Amino acid sequence: MRHRKSGRKLKRTASHRKALLGSLSTSLLRHKRITTTVAKAKETRMVVEKLITRARNAMANAAAAPAATVHARREVARHINDRKVVSELFSTIVDKVGSRPGGYTRIVRLGQRPGDGAELAVIELVDFNTGSELTGKTETKKKAARVGTYRKTEAGKKEKPAAKKAEASASAASKASE
Amino acid sequence: MPNPKRRHSKSRGRKRRTHYKATAAAVSECPNCHTQKLPHRACPNCGFYNGRTITVPKKA
Repeated sequence: MRHRKSGRKLKRTASHRKALLGSLSTSLLRHKRITTTVAKAKETRMVVEKLITRARNAMANAAAAPAATVHARREVARHINDRKVVSELFSTIVDKVGSRPGGYTRIVRLGQRPGDGAELAVIELVDFNTGSELTGKTETKKKAARVGTYRKTEAGKKEKPAAKKAEASASAASKASE
Repeated sequence: MPNPKRRHSKSRGRKRRTHYKATAAAVSECPNCHTQKLPHRACPNCGFYNGRTITVPKKA
């Protein structure tokens, strides 16, 4: 029975689950906003909220006990696989979160994913996503991505026909010589 | 193991299944673009939820 056992298994072994939640938490703290399934978002929330609180409490007492900050950083780093993200959490994110008493994240459902019908959601850090900045950001990102892929395909197209032509001419030449 | 004594007729099974019905999905209206959307989800048409843009839809 599942009585009094919190958390989802996410169809993974304990180590696989730990790794997944570590990756998701790192991504969320790095990008401030990620899209995933609802179940994973809710599990990530459980991890990330605790990490932020740990960092916040450590920084609040940093003046009184600087050594405790090191310990807190190491405890947090057990879940986050990027040192830069850890230092960002202890500086930028803690500053921005300020005195918010928990509830640092927001989950919004997006609807079902074509393919497997899984319900998707956006999980974001509340203090980094106030609403107005989003539209422009995403659009520019998409445009940039499109330009990149376009160039790639263009280059590939140019190379391939040229190579084919070379081959064709070579084969034609060999035929002519025969 | 206990087993059924008699087979069910088609009629019997089909009568039972007359109560298997699909229900219409509950929908709500998007306050931003007034299209029908699923409740408690960001609008797939305009990406709004709770008075702010959550996602930018691919078409827009």
